[in-house]
Amino acid sequence: MHPTDFTLRGALDALNEGIISSVELTQAHLDAIGKLNPRLNAYITVTGEQALAQAKASDNRRADGGAGPLEGVPLAIKDLFCTAGTRTTAGSKILGNFVPPYESTVSGNLLRDGAVFLGKANLDEFAMGSSNGTSAFGPVENPWSRRNDPDTRLVPGGSSGGSAAAVAARLALGATATDTGGSIRQPAAFCGIAGIKPTYGRCSRFGVVAFASSLDQAGPVARTVEDCAILLKSMSGFDPKDSTSADVPVPDFAAACARGVKGLRIGIPKEYRLDGMPAEIGALWQQGMDWLRAQGAELVDISLPHTKHALPTYYVVAPAEASSNLARYDGVRYGLRQTAADSDLRDLYERTRAAGFGDEVKRRIMIGTYVLSAGYYDAYYLKAQKVRALIRRDFDEAWQKCDAILTPATPSAAFGMDEKQDDPVAMYLNDVFTVTANLAGLPGLAVPAGLSAEGLPLGLQVLGRAFDEETVFAVGTALEHAANFTALPGLRASA
Amino acid sequence: MSYTLEGSTGTWEIVVGLEVHAQVTSQSKLFSGAATAFGAEPNSQVSFVDAGFPGMLPVINRECVAQAVRTGLGLNAQVNLWSRFDRKNYFYADLPQGYQISQFAHPIIGTGEIEVTLGDGTTKTIGITRLHLEQDAGKSLHDQHATKSYIDLNRSGVALMEIVSEPDMRSPEEAGAYLTKLRQIVQYLGTCDGNMDEGSMRADVNVSVRKAGEGFRTRCEVKNVNSIRFVMQAVEAEAKRQIEVWEAGDEVRQETRLFDTARGITRSMRSKEDAHDYRYFPDPDLPPLVIEQAWVDELRAALPELPDARRGRYTALGLTPYDAHVLTLEKETAAYFEVVAKGRDAKLAANWVTGDLFAAINATKTSIAEPPVPAEHLGQLLDLLADKTLSGTLAKAVFAAMIETGKAPGMIVEERGMRQVTDTGAIDAVVAEVLGRNADKVAQYKGGAEKLFGFFVGQVMKAMQGKGNPALVNDAVKKALG
Repeated sequence: MHPTDFTLRGALDALNEGIISSVELTQAHLDAIGKLNPRLNAYITVTGEQALAQAKASDNRRADGGAGPLEGVPLAIKDLFCTAGTRTTAGSKILGNFVPPYESTVSGNLLRDGAVFLGKANLDEFAMGSSNGTSAFGPVENPWSRRNDPDTRLVPGGSSGGSAAAVAARLALGATATDTGGSIRQPAAFCGIAGIKPTYGRCSRFGVVAFASSLDQAGPVARTVEDCAILLKSMSGFDPKDSTSADVPVPDFAAACARGVKGLRIGIPKEYRLDGMPAEIGALWQQGMDWLRAQGAELVDISLPHTKHALPTYYVVAPAEASSNLARYDGVRYGLRQTAADSDLRDLYERTRAAGFGDEVKRRIMIGTYVLSAGYYDAYYLKAQKVRALIRRDFDEAWQKCDAILTPATPSAAFGMDEKQDDPVAMYLNDVFTVTANLAGLPGLAVPAGLSAEGLPLGLQVLGRAFDEETVFAVGTALEHAANFTALPGLRASA
Repeated sequence: MSYTLEGSTGTWEIVVGLEVHAQVTSQSKLFSGAATAFGAEPNSQVSFVDAGFPGMLPVINRECVAQAVRTGLGLNAQVNLWSRFDRKNYFYADLPQGYQISQFAHPIIGTGEIEVTLGDGTTKTIGITRLHLEQDAGKSLHDQHATKSYIDLNRSGVALMEIVSEPDMRSPEEAGAYLTKLRQIVQYLGTCDGNMDEGSMRADVNVSVRKAGEGFRTRCEVKNVNSIRFVMQAVEAEAKRQIEVWEAGDEVRQETRLFDTARGITRSMRSKEDAHDYRYFPDPDLPPLVIEQAWVDELRAALPELPDARRGRYTALGLTPYDAHVLTLEKETAAYFEVVAKGRDAKLAANWVTGDLFAAINATKTSIAEPPVPAEHLGQLLDLLADKTLSGTLAKAVFAAMIETGKAPGMIVEERGMRQVTDTGAIDAVVAEVLGRNADKVAQYKGGAEKLFGFFVGQVMKAMQGKGNPALVNDAVKKALG
């Protein structure tokens, strides 16, 4: 077995049993990155030397009997997490060669638990995108391809496209990702892996480059639900440096995976049955219901009546917050600075931001500025906040009837790198099933569940109550077992 | 007596409201752990949060909230248990985040009122509209280099209280009295040092004018006035300007103006049309600020004595209302007075502090914070007066020596032998000597020239180098002259 084919759980077992060292495991992944990253572009920065040094230190700790929960496991870190001493780009030109002197809490937690960082994963610029096509460091390619059309290069989804592609192609055992409207779950589904956006407040946002503060949440992507559970346990926890971080205990998520679904009530929201949704998405959803019922769950029809307003609400709230969050990139203190001989301050701003931000980021800054402007605030931002409250209430009422909710993860399989790029609204529709969880602050897990007619992975999504990731993991594991998803992408280290 | 200005079309009343920015006294900034000391090396008190680095998040400083609550209580204002921080968005080089975190829609302190004392002894109540917490920006220095601007972020993120008054003031004097009182209250509370020279307190002055019986006319805001005197001058200058505009048949346009202290006039800074659209919205990095009534009660119970209460206490001690007012104006003066008066005659202590000490401060160009004579020493001097070691005249001389040498009065008395002579035998001897030397004048006195009595006393005191106890000398002369 190729060392990159281990699951994260399997790698931890192999490390514990002395079957492999962290240095060997890390080197195998670095070799795989060397081989495949030039094509996939999943990593913006590879920190090979540092990774091997970390692996060596990890092997020493293990030998000394001081192994942490993630001891020696090589991971990819989405390049939105600040890493002390390692360039952090957010997929943007505007950060220039910014090297943070501080570590994000989440990546720091992983290091604390013994993880090895292979490098910084590519992403849509400032996490704004659903295809990884907006990265200033070039697009990421999905390691999967269509059965009858192998030459068309596909997107890995976004914004955590680099993280998902790296994990799917065996360039990491797992990766950190972030999800503002679906940025963990959609790429996980497109790449045939699992990914969870936990409850808002579960993971600290300290040191994560902000997109939309009230929606952003870090989470893991990995090749199994249990691997996600293991990673999430390390990533989570109250952080006094983030005022929105929740001071709640972190349960043993991995233990919850095996709980089973017997007696659980699974809500099926009728509003997620979209007009024009591909038949195979509907069929997969039905399959998921059947799997859960077969394992003892009870299916309940529920209604989330404000679902249709979720996407427009999201595209008011997220850009509004982004327009303010991204104001700090002004060329004054760090990152890119563009001036002309006679530049005044305003000219410095204009040149720097014109050169530093890509089109999608500029589009969202303009939308956000517009919806917050005097005379428009009430009609857009305030209205969106009201609708957001209604969407939350929809879920509160649903939880009276069910313990988890099952939906498709995405309205389609991965699309071609040349498709949808000129149509922002079509691109935004990728998030139609995922944004509600961000607006309501709820946990959402994407699980690979089957293949499309073209042989591309399709995912199902499990939503849960706030801070009840355990039930979400139990349902996700039940789906995973039933689906027995063994298909492999064409581009992978061991191929 | 109400204040009005005469124009060519009649009598005008002026309407003034103040927005005062007061820097919160605290060890660290409103949303970061960085220090707040004034005068530190540029950019030496800056955290990554204050500099707006990627991924940095604000965390509220509990002490700053406590200071705002204390101030609210001192202003007799409503404390809002639920308040919220908003972002005020604008670009400037010394605003690292691209927004200021402020409490726009839901301030922590609501309406209140304070009573101010005017020059004629009357009082007036001024309404407080609100007090909210916000971050300060950094400082842009445009005069350090021919083509570059320098940015100092030491102030970036420092907590400010913006205290907004109702438009209740009707004269420059009232505006001055309000600001004086506000400054006095925050100094007593220890919530702001009130130091206007260092920018710890600055005022935006809203001025309009109207004819008697009218509603409010358009107002102008004079920004960033940094002394009480300038506030009073700015009110008058701006009111006169507006009267001229109205009387010329024009309209006063709402705008922001600056006070030119050198020329004593206000100048236009920007009109309403150029005003920023700040795009306020709730800061998603900060949950609403929720505080408990029990905590507010705790803070209230621990409040220090406020100026009004202290003034009342002083008049009860027998001080004149004027002395009580003067002594409580500055917290340091009151603290000085308390030390001097402790266990002593309060009225005498007040006389010395407001008389000799204030004169000495003026003469030596010092301040009550760094007084020419420590309060303990002045207290000891009063003790020497009380136990008759010193006469009033001698005490003045010792006080002068205290200023000069910094030594305690007891030591000066010892070193210079300035002790008052109360030995009646010694006094009688000098009296006899003086009368003997002036036999002719004694004869005149006995012949009815009674005013010579003072001459004999003076001669005795002179012979005793001023150290004779005046009462005893008086008695001895009287006795000797029979």
